[in-house]
Amino acid sequence: MSGGHSTYTPKTGIGRWMDARLPLPRLVYDSFVAYPVPRNLNYAYTFGGILTLMLVAQILTGVVLAMHYAANTDLAFASVEKIMRDVNSGWLLRYLHANGASFFFVAVYIHIFRGLYYGSYKAPRELLWILGCIIYLLMMATAFMGYVLPWGQMSFWGATVITGFFTAIPLVGDWIQQLLLGGFAVDNPTLNRFFSLHYLLPFMIAGVVVLHVWALHVTGQTNPTGIEVKQKTDTVAFTPYATVKDGFAMVVFLFVFAYFVFYIPNYLGHADNYIEANPLQTPAHIVPEWYFLPFYAILRAITFNIGPIDSKLGGVLAMFGAIAVLFVVPWLDTSKVRSAVYRPWYKLFFWLFVADAIFLGWLGSRPAEGVYVTLAQLSTFYYFAFFLILMPLLGFLETPRRLPNSITEAVLEKNKSAASAAEAKATSGS
Amino acid sequence: MSDIDSTKIPEHSRRDFLYVATGMAGAVGAAGALWPFIDQMRPDASTRALASIQVDVSAVEPGMSLTVKWRGQPVFIRNRTEAEIEAAREVSLDDLKDPIARNANLPTDEPATDVARSAGEGMESWLVMIGICTHLGCVPLGQQGDFGGWFCPCHGSHYDTAGRIRKGPAPENMAIPTFEFISDTVIEIG
Repeated sequence: MSGGHSTYTPKTGIGRWMDARLPLPRLVYDSFVAYPVPRNLNYAYTFGGILTLMLVAQILTGVVLAMHYAANTDLAFASVEKIMRDVNSGWLLRYLHANGASFFFVAVYIHIFRGLYYGSYKAPRELLWILGCIIYLLMMATAFMGYVLPWGQMSFWGATVITGFFTAIPLVGDWIQQLLLGGFAVDNPTLNRFFSLHYLLPFMIAGVVVLHVWALHVTGQTNPTGIEVKQKTDTVAFTPYATVKDGFAMVVFLFVFAYFVFYIPNYLGHADNYIEANPLQTPAHIVPEWYFLPFYAILRAITFNIGPIDSKLGGVLAMFGAIAVLFVVPWLDTSKVRSAVYRPWYKLFFWLFVADAIFLGWLGSRPAEGVYVTLAQLSTFYYFAFFLILMPLLGFLETPRRLPNSITEAVLEKNKSAASAAEAKATSGS
Repeated sequence: MSDIDSTKIPEHSRRDFLYVATGMAGAVGAAGALWPFIDQMRPDASTRALASIQVDVSAVEPGMSLTVKWRGQPVFIRNRTEAEIEAAREVSLDDLKDPIARNANLPTDEPATDVARSAGEGMESWLVMIGICTHLGCVPLGQQGDFGGWFCPCHGSHYDTAGRIRKGPAPENMAIPTFEFISDTVIEIG
């Protein structure tokens, strides 16, 4: 799609002067104005734009919060309280930043599920998908380190548990953990480096986002039919069509975000994080932030040794495996049909997977005992079975529905059936 | 026309060797320059300095515990009751998830008998161990759990009255640091 010729013609003398030296306006025009997008994109496709907005918002609020925060174990907790009470508008900036992280993950999960539903990862978009997975990994690292900074009880013990994962690695595990902590336990060196890295990683995310958008603009967007763009009538110009649709979705998304920020700003947090970190006392229940709960449930589901792998290493491997498996999805899915719209069985198993992921999240918030452990083991099994068994098998076993010949045909068919349905309704009503 | 005949250039020329040698030297140099950036992340000298601490335990009666901080980590010092020692002694080594004593004062393969976990013959009532769950590093709660020892609330590991893992995801018994009684009532840890 980007193979098309540039249609940019500078109108002013300054524009022509600029275009001959640094054609930045041309790049923007070709990428975000004239750029053709499939005409049938629905609201599930607006989350890429929403994610860009959230990244910018997080960087802006983060930079100003860093002007008031002190990365020292003696000062950190009090400096965050100072931001809440003394710094002008500090309460707002901090609530925007803390809830912004949660809403960043809301958007990224919808974005990932949309990719899985419409088969966006399939050839030729494998690298686009993998770049997205890398962004997701960087987001998790950033969010984890950011959560340590307020130096509350959950900050401290979350950091202890998560850096403890690395001790499960044979031989070099303890060395790696000490490298991360800068000591034998979470302490001042840990807080200092986490602050440094928490400031760095969002800019690395921004860098990978550029690659992600570049790769997207090479292959072009997928669309709900999963059929590639074949003719001019299959597309509309990015501006105004996609810009306005993305803009409207952003406004709706920000409404929900604002509701949380202004009315229930601590709903997604944990009360224990308003208690200053105490290395000698572990809270009764350590729970990570909600966006890590499914993986936490998978970690705790492995309570048994598997051959030479003890339960601790097994749990850590399963948890990292749950993320690693995403990277190979383009090669696990053997179906020739891209979109779940035309794949009845895949559609069913996909929604089961969504339910399973949410259920795992709920299990992650429960104590690790009794029936919860068994349920977590069953849910973990389905999580991996979806990727490793169902995805490869369905390509061979499933009979997909008939595909339309083009995006245009699919849209016209849909409009025709909608029109005839409306007509039938009108006739019966009169 | 040049008088260099391309067919006369040997397959592995002196130039190829120089390319490879330069590349290798560059790679080693880059790795050497990278090392300080990784090395600075390791525990620094003040953290590494093995500060040993002395603890007065004269006030710790049987059935009482003391938690002290050593190298940023909690150390449990417990004066165990007769019943607790008895309970730990009755356990067969075959019932232990981790049969190794994990006692830094004893050989690394010492079996996890009750006496090997304690401060030794004549001092069996004293248990000194790093109060960190061997699963993911939480601090277990004392005198709780299915075996009357310690219970880790994070992921449900149960330890017995000798600090040995009996049930749950933790792989090892709680570690016993280097320590000794330097008098009847003072323990030096580290």
